[in-house]
Amino acid sequence: MTCPEEIVEYMHDYLDEEISSDSERILKGHLQSCEDCRNYLYELKKAVSYVKVPASITVSSDFTERVMASLPQEAKKKGKLKGWMMGHPVVSAAALFLVLISGAMLTSWNQGEDFSVTRQSNLIVENHTVIVPEGKTVKGDILVRNGDIKIEGRVQGDVTVINGDRYLASAGSVTGDIKEIDQAFEWLWYKIKTSAKEVSSYITTNSFQ
Amino acid sequence: MEVLIKDKIKQVLKGNQNAYSYIVEEYKDKVFYLCYRMIGNRHEAEDLAQEAFLKAYVNIKSFNLNMKFSTWIYRIATNLCIDRIRKKKPDYYLDAEIAGTDGLNMYSQLASDTESPENEVESMEMQETIQNEILKLPEKYRSVIILKYIEDLSLKEISDPLDLPVGTVKTRIHRGREALRLQLRHL
Repeated sequence: MTCPEEIVEYMHDYLDEEISSDSERILKGHLQSCEDCRNYLYELKKAVSYVKVPASITVSSDFTERVMASLPQEAKKKGKLKGWMMGHPVVSAAALFLVLISGAMLTSWNQGEDFSVTRQSNLIVENHTVIVPEGKTVKGDILVRNGDIKIEGRVQGDVTVINGDRYLASAGSVTGDIKEIDQAFEWLWYKIKTSAKEVSSYITTNSFQ
Repeated sequence: MEVLIKDKIKQVLKGNQNAYSYIVEEYKDKVFYLCYRMIGNRHEAEDLAQEAFLKAYVNIKSFNLNMKFSTWIYRIATNLCIDRIRKKKPDYYLDAEIAGTDGLNMYSQLASDTESPENEVESMEMQETIQNEILKLPEKYRSVIILKYIEDLSLKEISDPLDLPVGTVKTRIHRGREALRLQLRHL
């Protein structure tokens, strides 16, 4: 073949649809006069036409379903939290318990706007102020809610004031603890402590029986 | 169509797994053909195509929405096929490149017309022959030829999924086409 070397290069450029118009003119002119090169280009075109997959070869009809079935399930929406909870059942249960309990307790905190006081003998109540009169003794714990307490006498037990102030006169005395609770969180903590005490005393009582 | 696919991808990213089936349906044939020509076996090609879609799904967060999804899935599928081919490689084989040459292999050392041409071949036999000839192409030529002639991609579009410069793609297509011409001219 005594053809110019670049003719084959032009053929490839032509097949890639990247040939310049000048080169294309040269290629076409040459092909008209050269049977070998016409055959060469035909062989190239034929070869690549075989690369196409014939229509008789197709992908299985259930291909998409199989792909979808193979996808990881935890990637689904909300799947992450669910998966985590399944992996940590005890923690999840405890967390759920705490959420419900604190919800209930905070509700009782918000609802408890009314003044209330533990019923004990010798207590005087005046305009939301509880008075332990001078020279008198109250036997037992006192819980005052949404009110103040003035202690002029003696209390044999704990005094707890929720949403209020306590005044302890110099003559007054309390044998147990005195506590003021002002914050919701403290109230919650107080409730939890009390419940825990009750539970532990219940367990202790039962185990000794 | 690209816009529709992008929309489906966004839905998948939001956690709608079912939106992915639309994408699979859209590209399954192209990906399967690519794998079939790369690997030469229908069952294996389906496995690889399935693996490619699974891999694309698992890594969908790293998909760049400015890119074409086809480019991405072709890249994944091509790489999976090349990995599979490398694992299957026998100790000695004819399309191994001879050291120090670019693209020259043992096949090019053999006379190209050792097989007597038969004019009347059954189409299945013919397909088998074609597939065998394609499999003889070194994988670097095979992948560019497949992307060009099965996926109808331009040189630029081929260079993206393969991370190759356009010039390299062009050279490989020319050489691959030349090799196929010699191998298939008698069919």
